[in-house]
Amino acid sequence: MKILVCVKRVPFTGGKMVLAPDRTALETRHLGFTISPHEECGVEEAVDAMALGIDRAIHLKTDGSEWDGEATAAAIVGAIRADEEASGPFDLIFAGNESADAGGYQVGLRVAYALGRPCATGLKGVKVEGSSVRCEQDTGTGRDVYVLPLPAVVTVKEGLNLPRYPSVPGRMRAARKPMTTLNRPERAEQNLRLVELSVPGGPGRQTKLLGSGASAAPAVVETLKEIGVV
Amino acid sequence: MSLPKHARVVVIGCGIVGNSVAYHLGRLGWRDIVLLDKGPLPNPGGSTGHASNFIYLVDHSKEMTALTVESVRQYQELGVFTQSGGIEVARTPERMQELTRRMASAKSWGIEPVSLITPVEVKKLVPYINEKIILGGFSTPGVGVVDSLRAGTLMREKGVGSGAVHVAANTEVTGIDVKAGRVNCVRTNAGDIEVENVVVCCGVWSPRVGLMAGAHIPLTPAVHQMIDVGPVPRFAGAKSDIEHPIVRDMDTNMYERQAGGDLEIGSYAHRPILYNPEDLPSVQQAALSPTEFPFTQADFAPQMEHALELMPEIVGDEKVGVKYAINGILSLTPDGMPVLGESSDVAGLWSASAVWVKEGPGTGKTLAEWMVHGESEIDIHASDAARFHEHQKTRAHVRARAAEGFNKTYGIVHPAEQWASNRNVRLAPFHQRERELQAFFFEAAGWERPFWYESNASLLDEFGDRITRRTAEWDSRWWSPIINAEHLAMRERAGIFDLSAFTIFDITGPGALNAVQGVALRQMDVPVGRNVYTPVLSTRGGFKSDLTIMRLGHEQFRVVTGGASGMSDKKWFRDHLPADGSAQLHDLTSAMSTIGLWGPRARDILSAATSDDVSNDGFKFGTCRSIDIGTVRVLASRISYVGDLGWELYVPMEQGLLLWDTLWEAGQPHGLAACGIGVYGTTGRLEKCYRAHGNELETEYNVVEAGMSAPRVKAEDFVGKEAHLRHREEEPAAILCTLTVDDHTSKGGEKRYMLGREPIVTRDGKRLVDRHGRGSYVTSAGAGPSVGKHILMAYLPPENANAGEQLAVEYLGESYPVSVAAVGSTPLFDPENLRVKA
Repeated sequence: MKILVCVKRVPFTGGKMVLAPDRTALETRHLGFTISPHEECGVEEAVDAMALGIDRAIHLKTDGSEWDGEATAAAIVGAIRADEEASGPFDLIFAGNESADAGGYQVGLRVAYALGRPCATGLKGVKVEGSSVRCEQDTGTGRDVYVLPLPAVVTVKEGLNLPRYPSVPGRMRAARKPMTTLNRPERAEQNLRLVELSVPGGPGRQTKLLGSGASAAPAVVETLKEIGVV
Repeated sequence: MSLPKHARVVVIGCGIVGNSVAYHLGRLGWRDIVLLDKGPLPNPGGSTGHASNFIYLVDHSKEMTALTVESVRQYQELGVFTQSGGIEVARTPERMQELTRRMASAKSWGIEPVSLITPVEVKKLVPYINEKIILGGFSTPGVGVVDSLRAGTLMREKGVGSGAVHVAANTEVTGIDVKAGRVNCVRTNAGDIEVENVVVCCGVWSPRVGLMAGAHIPLTPAVHQMIDVGPVPRFAGAKSDIEHPIVRDMDTNMYERQAGGDLEIGSYAHRPILYNPEDLPSVQQAALSPTEFPFTQADFAPQMEHALELMPEIVGDEKVGVKYAINGILSLTPDGMPVLGESSDVAGLWSASAVWVKEGPGTGKTLAEWMVHGESEIDIHASDAARFHEHQKTRAHVRARAAEGFNKTYGIVHPAEQWASNRNVRLAPFHQRERELQAFFFEAAGWERPFWYESNASLLDEFGDRITRRTAEWDSRWWSPIINAEHLAMRERAGIFDLSAFTIFDITGPGALNAVQGVALRQMDVPVGRNVYTPVLSTRGGFKSDLTIMRLGHEQFRVVTGGASGMSDKKWFRDHLPADGSAQLHDLTSAMSTIGLWGPRARDILSAATSDDVSNDGFKFGTCRSIDIGTVRVLASRISYVGDLGWELYVPMEQGLLLWDTLWEAGQPHGLAACGIGVYGTTGRLEKCYRAHGNELETEYNVVEAGMSAPRVKAEDFVGKEAHLRHREEEPAAILCTLTVDDHTSKGGEKRYMLGREPIVTRDGKRLVDRHGRGSYVTSAGAGPSVGKHILMAYLPPENANAGEQLAVEYLGESYPVSVAAVGSTPLFDPENLRVKA
């Protein structure tokens, strides 16, 4: 079984977002980066399925600007086709349901369409069963279940599993795995144009000190009542 | 709540330091204290918020140890200290030797209990360690972990509760106004505050805030990488934050500590990653906190391997993940010491910066004492904010030295170790000649000073057996037997010394006499042409400094002091100038160069170069005047720090080379040798039992204890007089003695030579402690080639201060017998002082 997981480098999701002066990009000078939470679940699921770590990586190194879903998918498809030609087909391709930053919900679907493979999206359950994959999708009132023949593309959501933290030996192994870097893949025509970004208003993160020591207890009780916990 | 319009002091920064400074100022009686931070409380986003919060007690620096011990006392009092014990482990024999030095420092500074333990014993205390790769450990059971945010909060609340402190969070300082050289107003985004004093406790932001007032606080933000791995099965169900000793893996510059159910791994081993203060994000811009930067994995890769080697059970566990990893930002200074005290650039602007959690509360107390009483209990001259020379305030210097110092955080640093970066920044006018003589240079205040000259190797044959060789690498590192040969050449003939590193300033004007009289212990109303060596006292009668003052005119006094303490001394004199402007201070350090000429042939040499009368009658000891040496007018001062006949010769910088060449030529028929600072500062000085500031002379010891009392005290007032008079009436609690080593032979049969700071103990190994609780330790150590002994100086309790008293010194884990050779200041060499007066 060969599995591919697509991940995108996104701004550290717990962090505060600051816009660049022209409001068309994030100020990245003080920003850390990570992979989208949905995709972390994809990685976890793949690792779990293989009972092994990742054994190699392909890095599509863009010019650093924000690509839309169409261009991103095209670049990924290009890389997959090249890789499959050399090393054979992937049985299962994971993508996050949407990226944590742009949230376009496009890439997984577009990759599947371009490769002519079946696709199920927004999955909270994935299980390989012989030559097919069983996919579960939350509907709010229950679960829809699909069975896709392999090879297939699935897009997954947070909640699929609990991604583990990489261990130190895991990180050390990862550092020794081969990585192919494809510099500046061709950028397909973008039909989506970014006009402006804005950071949602609202109070943001606010901390209110309720007090300290035993004297804080009444305020804590009051707050718990307010939010309906007790 | 709105900001007060006026404050006696504005303390900027609510990290562990600012909270502590504000609290202690209030405790000592100040009111109208405003404590600000640009960030939210209780964690405003500075380095305190991500500190690893553990405290090791033993440092080779006496000052740092004292600040740390006082901090632990306060953390315990606040109930936020959890004792865990700590073990520094060694992977190499060199480190095992270093751990014996840690043992010695612990004994010198009174840290108990401590012990050297075997790998198996380490394993008993830290069951998850791989004891097979270590050779042993230095165990300090008193090590612990603190909650520094909580400590800060408690101190802040106490300050507020007493009515002394007003706190304003989310309040950013936008400017500091200076009026007539003194801070006047703090401008913030919430209004302006008229002030008398400002304390900058802004950690990595301190340089930026200091500059608002035009003050330089030389430090740089730097990365310290930390990761947190867990959950650790062994720590499941941990009842407290820490239940096992903290391990410092010294040889890899790393530490590992339990943090609840996790293990925290920190490193000082990665490449130095420095930032500029203006590059730090604001609270608004920061993704996490302004001092927690994204982790750079590649820099930490080797450290992971090291952690895995040492703690495979935890770090190698596939189920234990890296939960958290940051590049934490902390402060580094060019010399590794904090920046404490009033700025020499702006009056009323104080710094308490580059202070880590382990010494935070002790620093707060110390700085508050300094501000309120003019002096602190703990002597912190090595941390004095005024210590920096101008070149040391430059960004290039700060960055170069901080980068070099970073990887030495857990390093084995020799007491004489020299910096490699940013050298050759201050050169004597005869520097080229020194190079031709193959000088081995040490640095002092930026000056390149010959410590010895390789070209003098030929003297080794001449003096043969009289020169002690050192076989042990540690004893002979940064040392050469040539120093002893130069010493003997000076004692038998004459030596020429480069003293360019002196700090020199004039006090002039109608009020000059009163100005110097007010800071000097000795009588300064002397005839023009006299030089006076005098202690300078702190208010409590300890040693602020010791230096020489020449009276050059009715209204002109020239102060000459060492490079290391020069800038602090200059500030002290400037601070004590009369308020009416009747005296001024002029810094001549870069205008004058100084050459020392000493030895029995010094007069013959000087006579050959000058037609002025330099006979004993014509130029008496203790006098100074101008003489002609060829076309150079030289200020000659008959004085000696090496105990031989001779002069200090002050010359305009641009004529320094000419003077050197003239003296060199005149000296050749007399066997003149170029002599390094090894002779001037160590061998010559120690044979004469002359004291040195920072070694024997600190504010913690007084004039009587140092054996430097004069028969009478002058009638005029001076700083510290009241205390000094009292000290003269009391029995001294300790007496400075000179000791010599009776037997240098180690158990392994090698001769060993102490380097200083080792504990002086009884022959059966007990510490000597005086009635003020001060332990005896070696203040200075070095060879005495003319007396054929290795000389140590130490303060001893009066009951042990007897000539011939048999004691011991502990050096690298072994005990060596020593005897008291002289009590007080009687020199070992030429006790009648006939030579200097010849």
